[in-house]
Amino acid sequence: MIAEAENGLKPEREEAAEQTGLPNGYTHLVPIVRYRSIQKSFGELQVIKGIDLDIYPGEKIALIGPSGSGKTTLGRMLMTLEEPSSGTITIEDEPLWQMEKKGNLVRASEKHLHRMRSKVGMVFQHFNLFPHMTVLRNVTLAPRSVLRLAKEEAEERAVEMLRKVGLENKLHEYPAKLSGGQKQRVAIARALVMQPKVMVFDEVTSALDPELVGEVLNVIKDIAEDGNMAMLLITHEMEFAREVADRIVFGAEGRIVEQGTPVELFENPQSDRLKSFLQRFR
Amino acid sequence: MNLPWLESLPLLVDGLLITVQVAVLSSVVALALAAAAGLARTSRYAAIRGLAGTYVEIFRACSLLVLLFWVYFALPFLGIELSKVTAAVLAIGLNIGAYGAEIVRSSLKAIPEGQHEAGIALNLSPNERMLRIILPQAVARMLPPFGNLLIELLKSTSLVYFITLSDLTYEAMVIRNNYYTWTPHIFGSLLIIYFLLSSCIFITFRLLERKLTAWR
Amino acid sequence: MWKWDYVIELLPALLQAFGVTLGATLAGFALSIIIGLLFAVGARSPIVPVRLTVRAVVDFIRSTPLLVQLFFLYFSLPMLTPFAMSAFATGVIGLGLHYGTYMSEVFRSGIEAVPRGQWEAATALHLSKRKTWFSVILPQALPPVIPMMGNYLIVIFKETPTLSAITVVELLLTAKSEASITYRVFEPYSIVGLLFLITSLLFSLGIRYFEKRYFGGHIADGGGKR
Repeated sequence: MIAEAENGLKPEREEAAEQTGLPNGYTHLVPIVRYRSIQKSFGELQVIKGIDLDIYPGEKIALIGPSGSGKTTLGRMLMTLEEPSSGTITIEDEPLWQMEKKGNLVRASEKHLHRMRSKVGMVFQHFNLFPHMTVLRNVTLAPRSVLRLAKEEAEERAVEMLRKVGLENKLHEYPAKLSGGQKQRVAIARALVMQPKVMVFDEVTSALDPELVGEVLNVIKDIAEDGNMAMLLITHEMEFAREVADRIVFGAEGRIVEQGTPVELFENPQSDRLKSFLQRFR
Repeated sequence: MNLPWLESLPLLVDGLLITVQVAVLSSVVALALAAAAGLARTSRYAAIRGLAGTYVEIFRACSLLVLLFWVYFALPFLGIELSKVTAAVLAIGLNIGAYGAEIVRSSLKAIPEGQHEAGIALNLSPNERMLRIILPQAVARMLPPFGNLLIELLKSTSLVYFITLSDLTYEAMVIRNNYYTWTPHIFGSLLIIYFLLSSCIFITFRLLERKLTAWR
Repeated sequence: MWKWDYVIELLPALLQAFGVTLGATLAGFALSIIIGLLFAVGARSPIVPVRLTVRAVVDFIRSTPLLVQLFFLYFSLPMLTPFAMSAFATGVIGLGLHYGTYMSEVFRSGIEAVPRGQWEAATALHLSKRKTWFSVILPQALPPVIPMMGNYLIVIFKETPTLSAITVVELLLTAKSEASITYRVFEPYSIVGLLFLITSLLFSLGIRYFEKRYFGGHIADGGGKR
């Protein structure tokens, strides 16, 4: 465990480049997130069976694959909602789930997790807005109590984010009054306002009525275009993945089966698994 | 209509004050115990969970009146002598608190996991998650059952009659001894007074609920 | 401190009184089920005055102490009506009325859980009111609420000492009169307390077992008084 972890801490840069076969000239950068030999079991069930994945600063990765392939778990691990059974995740070369103590790697304390989490944000499938707070309070809560911003400044930032997602006219509504698409846009603003370096989008349109999917995807496209924030998009929207992602990662049964640029993957899938998976979206 | 027993109304007022006093004091004890034990039952330490669980199981299985007897009449044999009010408040508080703990626990449990997770994703500290996200929603859920529980508590204060604490019920019995023929009147009025007190609790909690759940 | 020979001396009387306690419990429970059903069906009556009256009565009984209701029944009824009842009968009626209102809530939740389609099907088949209730609705509404009813059995059991106020010679009153002879209250009250504690714990274990076995769920979870 420890040996593996140390190995995962500072891999050779070439090794990383080789493993990922990165497009778009990201190889000269140092990955912001590294997953190394990640496994995860829930009881008897092993959902992730050894995954290595690097995410580069500003890179947009779309994680696709059949349900139950462990995609969501991968995202939740980065947000510290799920602890890997083995393997390491590092953010900016610092282990996420372990920390150094007297030369040894030990299990991360809440304090360590707190520090690491400031680099990550997440948008959930079921929005998870706080129902007892107005839209504005939902978005200012973290800036005020985590970043300790003054009320005015937090609100200024929040309004700016809400304008970005097109909801500056809903500041004082409660979530119960919003449509699913609007709720999800608030949730995006709520995560964005903390300015994370990596953001996990966990099937953010799966719980939406079909006619509301578009407004949310458009907001995400806008964010993808104007930011140097890395994005891990766990999605079933193939068209959207193709449009937004720099790299597509196809996973099945707890392993990464194939990855590459959208063109490579969608035009020229190599594995049978990916071919049959894509069939269903034609 | 001539109601001679109404001359004893001051007695009934005294009794009302005692009833209200016992009800308020034991509510405070019960709410404190309910909050402490309810939160403890969601603790990550098995020992704390076990302790709170034992408290809840035992005092829910207890007969309140027997508990009251035991606290007031039997405890002195162990060298612990309590005043009537203290014994009443302790027994009622312990009993109702155990029921309240279950309300607190189930309300906390009813908050969707996603709310905790959103709190983590926003990097709120565990205390802030509890205080700003979980508790406000849980309290809103607790209000209706707590309103009912406090009505149960009010009703159970009548049991202090057994240890001759001069509450409403006790005073009504005293008045009845003096105006025997008016028995139905006296008990009828007593029932109505309790009904009005219960209604006060009910209305208060309705208003509170409306105020605290405007977001729904 | 604790005198065993005194305990042994007490036991026969206490065990006999325990029989009275159990008798009052079971009779009160049975009556509460009947009254509860009447209240539950009455509260859904299509006749508005009936519905409102039943609801008001249920509300009133639920909002007032059992003890005062017992006093009213025991001391006032004989003056208002030609009937005079024994203390035990009055106690059982008091328990049945009081917990009948709680039972009606239990039944209400069971009845409301029966899908609306069942009512519509009964109407479509031209079943009579009676037939609809007894052959269609209640057979579906009652089984799921059995654990909740079981919880009220425990509640009624724990409430029987209140009957001592109208001179029903149950456990607590027996302990009290024994103690008044010897002036030693510690043993009798402790025994009574333990008897109640152990019996209701056993009851509730039984209910939980039954529930797991037949329902596999937590229907009676958080039950008890309400």
